[in-house]
Amino acid sequence: MCANCGCQGDKTTMLDLQTGATTTIGLRHASDHDNDHHHHGHQHHHHHNSHADAGHDHTHEHGPTVNIVDVEARILAKNDGLAAKNRAWFAGREILALNLISSPGAGKTTLLEGTIRDLAGELPIYVIEGDQATAHDGERIRNAGAAAVQVNTGTGCHLDAEMVSRALSALKPSLGATVLIENVGNLVCPALFDLGERAKAVIFPVTDGEDKPVKYPHIFRAAGIVLISKIDLLPHVDFDIADAVANIKQVNAEAPILQVSARSGEGMRDWYDWLRAERAAARQAAFT
Amino acid sequence: MHELSIACSIVEVVAANAKGRRVHRVTVEIGELSGVVADSVAFWFPEAAKGTAAAQANLEIREIAALARCERCGAEFPTPSLLTICSCGSFRFKRLKGEELNVKSIELEEVS
Repeated sequence: MCANCGCQGDKTTMLDLQTGATTTIGLRHASDHDNDHHHHGHQHHHHHNSHADAGHDHTHEHGPTVNIVDVEARILAKNDGLAAKNRAWFAGREILALNLISSPGAGKTTLLEGTIRDLAGELPIYVIEGDQATAHDGERIRNAGAAAVQVNTGTGCHLDAEMVSRALSALKPSLGATVLIENVGNLVCPALFDLGERAKAVIFPVTDGEDKPVKYPHIFRAAGIVLISKIDLLPHVDFDIADAVANIKQVNAEAPILQVSARSGEGMRDWYDWLRAERAAARQAAFT
Repeated sequence: MHELSIACSIVEVVAANAKGRRVHRVTVEIGELSGVVADSVAFWFPEAAKGTAAAQANLEIREIAALARCERCGAEFPTPSLLTICSCGSFRFKRLKGEELNVKSIELEEVS
């Protein structure tokens, strides 16, 4: 019945690029529905037994046919709970986890390839690749030398904490590793779904308009760092860096802003220094 | 786009609380700055609820206007956008309301 519901139904698949194994994930929603039906008989029974059960549910009577249950639950409580579990899992293993977010085509995968190649031997990097379809990016990451799991979300527009949890169980990152989670290219939906990361890194290419931060303020406000990418293209595009920086600062005064080009290597050293500092902080955080 | 996921999450919360009883009404709170479009949630809800205890339920959405208190001048002011700042010019303020994304209550059929 969850074929009705394209979001996290049975359309999400995961490919382990190391073993070639494909798994379908996201069946929890369907099983929830099944449970509902199982509960039906039970609940009927309880209600016949006593009013104490109604009290247990914090219900109060509103006429003869209706009762109201005060739920007072966060809509995203389930995702937030799973994200908290992921965060504790990372902390216990002294792992730095980052959630990389951008519009499609901002150069996230190219940035990752450069990072993996340049930091080979220094930082063990594992990658979770999120895309609606294909394993193209996962294969690029493998070719660059890092272990990768590709999550295909089907119609889904973002990764969620459960997908990351499932990907981690296939990826098995080592103690002290860095896990880079490349979210589905989208500046809207990933802002709402905590994955358990230490920080969100928003990639903002100079091929976009300078006003992206004020047009999509939620994601820029949530950023722990903003990377202005593809700066090797600056001579060829009408992109005013000062304007872009001012727009970022308008929604997020705290996040560091770096200017990088994975293609020319310019500015990448700043990104690596930030990664090293975050990794050290993540390792230290395991003991505090 | 994520409103479909939000609608599915609402249905999950409702199903967990309804415990198999049929749901007449679901009341949710959506803050102005929550990043979620109320109309879009309303559009997707019936689709997400198909085949569940909430299949026949009416969705009531309470939209919560965003409000902040300035840390410089102490004024409370509406913040219809994430870019709104206090009229005194301060960027430093505490958001009081407008980021809600909650299931408030559900109305169930009485099983007698």
